[in-house]
Amino acid sequence: MLLTITTTARPATDLGRLLRKHPDRVQSFEQSFGTAWVFYPEAGEDRCTAALLLEVDAARLARAHARASGDATLKQYVNDRPYAASSLLAVALGKVFSTARSGVSDERPELAASALPLEVALPAVPCKGGPDLVRDLFAPLGWEVEAEAVPLPGFDADSRHVRVRLRGEVRLADALSQLYVLLPVLDDAKHYWVDIGEVDKLVRSGGDWLAAHPRRGLIARRYLAHRRSYERAAFARLAEVAEAGDEDESPVEEEAGEPGEGSLPLHRIRIGAVLDALAASGAASVLDLGCGSGKLLDALLDDPRYTRITGADVSSRALDQAERALRLDRMPERRRRRLELIQGSVVYRDKRFAGYDAAVLMEVIEHLDPGRLPAMERVVFGAARPRTVVVTTPNAEYNARYGLAGHELRHADHRFEWDRARFAAWAEGVAARHGYRVRFEGVGAADPDAGAPTQMGVFDRD
Amino acid sequence: MTDDAPVVSVPELSLVLLVGVSGSGKSTFAARHFKPTQVVSSDYCRGLVADDETDQSATPEAFALLNHIVGTRLRLGRLTVVDATNVQAHARAQLVDLAKRHNVLVDAIVLDVEPETAVERNRARADRDFGEAVVRRHHRDLKRGLKRMAKEGFRRVHRLEGAARIEAARVVTEKSWNDRTEETGPFDLIGDVHGCRAELEALLGELGWEIARDAQGRAAGAAHPEGRTAVFVGDLVDRGPDTPGVLRLVMGMVEAGNALCVQGNHEHKLVKALDGRKVRVAHGLAESLEQLGAEDEAFRGRARAFMDGLRSHYLLDGGRLVVAHAGLKEEFHGRASGKVRSFALYGDTTGETDEYGLPVRLPWAEDYRGEAAVVYGHTPVLEPEWVNNTICLDTGCCFGGKLTALRYPERDLVAVKAEREWYAPARPLGPAVPDRDPATLDVTDVAGDRHLATGLVGTVKVTAEHAAAALEVMSRFAEDPRRLLYLPPTMAPVDASDADGYLEHPAQAFDQYRGRAERVVCQEKHMGSRAVALVCRDAGTARRRFGLDAAPWGALVTRTGRAFFQDEALTGALLDRVAAAAGAAGLWERLDTDWMLLDCELLPWSAKARDLIEDQFAGVAAAGLAALPAAAAVLEAAAARGLDVAALAERTASRHANIAKFAAAYQRYCWPTDGLDGVRLAPFQVLATEGRNRADHRHDEHLALADALVAADGSGLLLETRRRFVALGTADEAAAVQWWLDLCAAGGEGMVVKPVLEDRPRLQPGLKVRGREYLRIIYGADYTDPERLAGLRQRRLQHKRSQALREYALGVAGLDLVAQRAPLWQVHQYVFAVLALESEPVDPRL
Repeated sequence: MLLTITTTARPATDLGRLLRKHPDRVQSFEQSFGTAWVFYPEAGEDRCTAALLLEVDAARLARAHARASGDATLKQYVNDRPYAASSLLAVALGKVFSTARSGVSDERPELAASALPLEVALPAVPCKGGPDLVRDLFAPLGWEVEAEAVPLPGFDADSRHVRVRLRGEVRLADALSQLYVLLPVLDDAKHYWVDIGEVDKLVRSGGDWLAAHPRRGLIARRYLAHRRSYERAAFARLAEVAEAGDEDESPVEEEAGEPGEGSLPLHRIRIGAVLDALAASGAASVLDLGCGSGKLLDALLDDPRYTRITGADVSSRALDQAERALRLDRMPERRRRRLELIQGSVVYRDKRFAGYDAAVLMEVIEHLDPGRLPAMERVVFGAARPRTVVVTTPNAEYNARYGLAGHELRHADHRFEWDRARFAAWAEGVAARHGYRVRFEGVGAADPDAGAPTQMGVFDRD
Repeated sequence: MTDDAPVVSVPELSLVLLVGVSGSGKSTFAARHFKPTQVVSSDYCRGLVADDETDQSATPEAFALLNHIVGTRLRLGRLTVVDATNVQAHARAQLVDLAKRHNVLVDAIVLDVEPETAVERNRARADRDFGEAVVRRHHRDLKRGLKRMAKEGFRRVHRLEGAARIEAARVVTEKSWNDRTEETGPFDLIGDVHGCRAELEALLGELGWEIARDAQGRAAGAAHPEGRTAVFVGDLVDRGPDTPGVLRLVMGMVEAGNALCVQGNHEHKLVKALDGRKVRVAHGLAESLEQLGAEDEAFRGRARAFMDGLRSHYLLDGGRLVVAHAGLKEEFHGRASGKVRSFALYGDTTGETDEYGLPVRLPWAEDYRGEAAVVYGHTPVLEPEWVNNTICLDTGCCFGGKLTALRYPERDLVAVKAEREWYAPARPLGPAVPDRDPATLDVTDVAGDRHLATGLVGTVKVTAEHAAAALEVMSRFAEDPRRLLYLPPTMAPVDASDADGYLEHPAQAFDQYRGRAERVVCQEKHMGSRAVALVCRDAGTARRRFGLDAAPWGALVTRTGRAFFQDEALTGALLDRVAAAAGAAGLWERLDTDWMLLDCELLPWSAKARDLIEDQFAGVAAAGLAALPAAAAVLEAAAARGLDVAALAERTASRHANIAKFAAAYQRYCWPTDGLDGVRLAPFQVLATEGRNRADHRHDEHLALADALVAADGSGLLLETRRRFVALGTADEAAAVQWWLDLCAAGGEGMVVKPVLEDRPRLQPGLKVRGREYLRIIYGADYTDPERLAGLRQRRLQHKRSQALREYALGVAGLDLVAQRAPLWQVHQYVFAVLALESEPVDPRL
């Protein structure tokens, strides 16, 4: 809600001219989500400070949020937006100081073009990534960064808010556009709809400093609220600005991504292994249980040997995603006819699961509470009984290679991760109880001791 | 009755084919004797698909539609009449096949008129332009086929010759032989006797029957002084020492109208053997033949006729009870076909395939979802056990087990031990369904639009969309359905208060119950997380009663059905403490139960919701407490420069004060815990115990039971729920308001006001009255600003109230099922429905 910018360049009150806001006035600007105030707590020759204070109208914000997202959670009503220097503040800053941000000044063109001694203070910046990320983002831009986590009242822990003070010799326009872009990046929460116009905005505001920023991959991704397609467009635009090659960004940082080998991520390798197992089984009809967004379905559709492909997921949102990702509405009729998407659960017996040559449980079982595994076993191996069942799951022994401690899991929703012995014991039990044979394979580059990152069990019966 | 008034008798549930040439008067006949909806006409179907009843090119499509309609009606058990010429054998064969597939009988009514008459009639109708030749050809086809029709699979071919007889005929329906729904009992259902006459006599004696003896002193009949009816599930014969004695007794009872008996596979085979047909003499058949050999011819003849005439199954008590020797799946109830008979006699072992062509592997009882109780025998078990409303009474008496009877409707089991092992079993006795896993439910139990009956608000609808959401939550997060017998309903808040500075106040709660209850209870609302605890006296109870096969031997779940603790040992330890308290308080004996379902609040809030509190509430407080003082400082500096920021500074100061109160509010509900140290459980209602649903409005009793538990708890886990009873319209009200203010001032969340009643009217089960400070964490730190408060007072409560009442009704209906030991899938439907209703979009702040 609060940002102060101070300069010590004499005469410091010229800050008012650059910002086009008179130091002796208190001005207010109506925003869609509240009122932005600009005033100067100090305005001397040696030192002048402009304050931007945003009074958020929580009720208006909640209504806008409800319209945009359609979800109704308490968070929509009780949140940090009225207090934090969030993307809302960035938007207000962008509007209130739009001329200054563009670097144009009729009155003081040289001043606008030159680096000034500046100090920026933000008492509460919501930041996913903590003080370190604040330093990572601002230090390369020439700022001396002071960043300190705000403690959580009542808990022996830090909040996601950081008190930030930046000092440096920076062009005012750059400082403003850096804040405009980086505050939402630190916040990493969408509050407004990102549209394709945002891509242009990023390129315009980012300009030179963004193209050269060592963390520009993360900046683009977060700024565009993880919208991959826009991100690619943004990168393409950036490449026009500067001939910068793609940096190597660690995927582990953002998603619970597991790196694979070379350029091929592990999930692609895993799909390849599942496809090989299915091909070897001679299956023509395949049921993908827990199909998620449909990556395996897409690969199955590309292979004409699979004449009947069904994706089942318990989450209707996942099925919607699959529908979009597979472009179901535009799929040619012949391809479309081979595919079916159904909502179903592996812990409820389901007649629709019967009659397939093969079923796949790719990275599914670890999302079930161990107590529900017997129910899954009866539904898949007992009732549906396809000739072949392919099960993949993480190999916990490999977790150390990801830098995970003994008890840590790869994904927040994993209920367990098994080592190879545990998986084998379970799989052999299942096979014995239901008349299957099972063989095991590692998936991904194997470590001599820990084995492969993913383990796969292929069950078949006569 | 003269020859001129022929009577056509068709089964109540059957397919009736009208057979006759065009113009023979089929439609007129159908309209006179059947309901319009019972008649499916090929002409009509032709019209439906082609807009022209005479368009012969549409015939294949028209018949496809006709078959579909007929098949659907038969599946649903409706008498159906097909009005088509049906003069050709292949046309009839298709329909006969359709009837067999649905296991219903099929009759033909042949309307045999002179071709001249038919031709004449057709001429009179504008839309019939068939040549005479067609009618004459059809007539020839019919005449030629008439003789063979009897062998086409019809139960009966009714032939009406000549227009006059057709005109005079009457149609009556006859009940199925299986249909004894008018028999309402009470019944004593008796398991497989297998020649164990002495045990049968003992069991009848145990049940209070008086046995009648013949001149030689042999039991030859029995009657019950209270007029009970015995029902034998078949397999009276073979293996045991006295098959003739058993037959004599049972025949006497059946002939006197005191008993019913269905045929078992052993009677079926014995009849064949007595008829001299070739059968393999095994499984105790030799004993029967030898014993019957010693009887006279007259007895053998009587026994043969008796056994041969036994039905495969009976529908009793208005269809609420089905008896078949080897059980019967629902779609076969009341049906008649070879398939039905074979299932009833031998069970689901006929190599049948399901609709996907895969062999049916699951035992039929596990799949059974019918309303009717199915009582059967055939498979010897150690102990009879209800599985999805079915029970097997064969407890292997001839193998040295026992002979068991089920009293119906009481559902009590009575058994006598076998005197000795009369016959060596081929394999040891096992449970009814060997690999039964009652936790495996079928998606059709829960998915799609559903209408669930409740006693309180009638039918509650669950939409497919909400069921879909619940399916995901249930599958991914919820406890095993065996541990999830109840989910608490949501609770509505009171009407908004008009008291200055208050959004909620007890006055409105009192007003809302005024006139509907004399007394209410104000119950402290603990600021923790709602919890439902299933507490079993011991592991054996958990296994027996709830089919649990692993620890913890009970459950502690949240309001959305998740296990409270990830660590099963922690759950077990907590439940042990509650069970110990129940034992020490003598509650097991007092409530005559081995388990109880408790409604509780688990504290602290942070024990379950720490992540939420940190992320949501503490994070907000952190930002506010960091930003607002900084803002105040710059505003102060600006003011010192003479700028006019007074109003902004004042607002900022007020928001600072509010966020400080907000931070204080949530912190009261958080404290550190380690294992169970620091965890408190406040029970406030015993929801159900064995055989009893206790979810009523007798809160004085509920709280007394909760107090007894708390008092007997030596572990420091259990926490009292403070309360005040209020006689509405008295000074109690004002005192309760003060009590509420004091509770809230001390940091309490507020209270719940519940009506105290003997009966269970359609009424909100409780209203929450939350404290002023607590509401800051719900409505935001600044909600007390007069402007905000004015807006919030307009909040709409209608949907929340409706949701609360529907969920409550579902919960109560579900607990009825739990108490009645209903099948798990039925209980689960109600639990699932509550979860589904919770996914309705309702303002989360209410």
